[in-house]
Amino acid sequence: MTKPVAVLVWGGVATVGALAVSVVAFRRGEPINALWLVVAATCCYALGYRFYSRFIAVKILAVDALRATPAERLENGRDFLVTNKWVVFGHHFAAIAGPGPLVGPVLAAQFGYLPGTLWILAGGVFAGCVQDFVILLFSVRRDGKSLTEMAKEETGRIGGLVAYASVIAILIILLAVVALIVVNALKSSPWGTFTIAMTMPIALLMGVYLRRIRPGKVLEVSLLGFILVMLAIWGGQWVSQNPVLAGIFTLSATTLSLLIIVYGFAASALPVWLLLAPRDYLSTFVKLGTIALLSVGIVVLHPTLHMPALTRFVDGTGPVFAGKVFPFAFITIACGAISGFHSLISSGTTPKLIARETETRMVGYGAMMCESAVAIMAVIAACVLQPGIYFAINSPASIVGGAPDVAASTISSWGFPVTAADMQALAHAVGEQTLYNRTGGAPAFAVGMAHIFSSTLGGQEVMALWYHFAIMFEALFILSILDAGTRVARFMVQDALGHVYKPLGRTSWYPSILATSALIVAAWGYFLWQGVKDPLGGINSLWPLFGIANQLLATVALCVATTIIIKMHRAKYSLVTLIPLAWLVTVTYTAAWHKVLDPNPSIGFLAQARLLAAGPATSATARLIFNNRLDAAVTAALVVMVTLVVIESIRVWAGILSGKKASPVREAPFVMTRLAAGENA
Amino acid sequence: MKRITNFAGILLAILREIFDEAPYARFLERTQTPSSPEAYAAFWREREHAAARRARCC
Repeated sequence: MTKPVAVLVWGGVATVGALAVSVVAFRRGEPINALWLVVAATCCYALGYRFYSRFIAVKILAVDALRATPAERLENGRDFLVTNKWVVFGHHFAAIAGPGPLVGPVLAAQFGYLPGTLWILAGGVFAGCVQDFVILLFSVRRDGKSLTEMAKEETGRIGGLVAYASVIAILIILLAVVALIVVNALKSSPWGTFTIAMTMPIALLMGVYLRRIRPGKVLEVSLLGFILVMLAIWGGQWVSQNPVLAGIFTLSATTLSLLIIVYGFAASALPVWLLLAPRDYLSTFVKLGTIALLSVGIVVLHPTLHMPALTRFVDGTGPVFAGKVFPFAFITIACGAISGFHSLISSGTTPKLIARETETRMVGYGAMMCESAVAIMAVIAACVLQPGIYFAINSPASIVGGAPDVAASTISSWGFPVTAADMQALAHAVGEQTLYNRTGGAPAFAVGMAHIFSSTLGGQEVMALWYHFAIMFEALFILSILDAGTRVARFMVQDALGHVYKPLGRTSWYPSILATSALIVAAWGYFLWQGVKDPLGGINSLWPLFGIANQLLATVALCVATTIIIKMHRAKYSLVTLIPLAWLVTVTYTAAWHKVLDPNPSIGFLAQARLLAAGPATSATARLIFNNRLDAAVTAALVVMVTLVVIESIRVWAGILSGKKASPVREAPFVMTRLAAGENA
Repeated sequence: MKRITNFAGILLAILREIFDEAPYARFLERTQTPSSPEAYAAFWREREHAAARRARCC
């Protein structure tokens, strides 16, 4: 493209983007079409990728196409392997895209579509993509070292220790949160429960097929598994209509919790090929397919957003979760804007596969951009619902009331009209007995997705099938995170305990496997149980806890990135990571302060404990008080740990900038790539 | 037509990498063993230490 044409094209993209963002941001009083969000997002991502990521790559990181990467230098055919950039991109995206960018934006839609959309766009382009990109490149330049190792080397031992502790804490809270989302999606739903239950024998069958019948033919078995899962969805309808079977598969939240805890333990302790790997394949297959299908559905249908740009709940009185738009919208939406967890993947398997440094931009920045686009789709799926229906699904009974008429009238009194008949008709259309109080975000997303899919393909008659497909899709890959996450945490604990007593570190020693699996499952199982039993807490308490923990890990990652940028003598450009870091510190510390010390009992853990202590004593009171104090202690501990990293990092920056401290760059020595030779020949 | 073939090839390679088919093929090549239940079991024993530890995001 010649320069004048490029100026014209990018000028056009910028103009259209500015127009679309203006419509999204300033249109009030009448619904807007979802395409405005799609156009705004597409233009922002295109400009961010073309200009901002290029600026970072050229001016700050000085990515070098001639420098051999660890995939080339240390190639061993196992972990280190030169891989096609598109293959690495797919691999990386499949690892970073989980249910987070779907659930978070749905919950944050209680503030309206605007706060979530703006945070996803700005957070994605200026924070999340930047974090993933720079951490990936820094890891590539350090032989594929992990974030914890880089934190230890660049900011000191405290950094490494805090990163390690944060990862375990985040994993435990994350596992509890996602398990709770599945429980809320499946409780009293025989169709959904049957379908998900069937994925277990299907996964076992796939495992045996792969191991005994057609070793290694994973794509083939995934297709077979996919067909069987589709049959399970179709069979679920029949089960839900059969009085006897429907009774068997209609389970309470507590029963489902126990079953999921048992499942998590089994998945962690069983051989990986039998259950974990086939489920993971199946869920990845369904995940990538569904995301692609949803994006096509949104563009084809281009539905109207019924949710207003801003709702009255920006003042903190929202029923989905308590707390003002600042800071809670920025805690609730993590993965779609910036997620600390991504830095683990950017410094995990991905840097060991990258063939050329120049590809880190596409993989690191580009894959996170796609994740951010998934979050925009989730905003659309939530906001195409009538607001009254959205709040009826997402509000707990303790706030809107348990009876349909009472709930409908409470929600209507907020200015979001809904009737018990509307809800009954919708529940009937999706094949459920009721959709009230289905908190957690997953059911609301499933209804929105079913609405988009059924309007595009098949009409209202098949809405129930699409709804249960969506529930299955969410539950399937949430459960795959649950089993993989439990296993990852088990290995981490085994590694740590191996320093205390050597046999405990042996990953194939069964007493160690059973003990550490039980430890991890007990940890997240406790939080899950707390979420199910606590009428005032549930997702309301656990999701902010997860958001705070995840964003604190991002704080650690950005501290490491800023330290390395300063050590590279690029201090004048360090604002690229310093601004997102300052924002995250502000948001996370404010949210943590509110969650621990806010005098409003619906927000502050300690205020809620005090309220419970002052009220009538019931059998549950002591446990609820303990839970609230525990949540407060966990939040405070995370904040203290990360504060230590921030202080340590500032000390290092000050030392380098004042000239008092040497700033050795701990990169692997430069080696000329052999891959360039073929290009010049 | 060539572009479509290239695109399909890359798509298949991505799926084969995500679904661990390509690593299994590399394992067979590296260990000079034919595909069999035993080889697949050995592959998974090796993967247990690397792939099963791979973090996946929320």
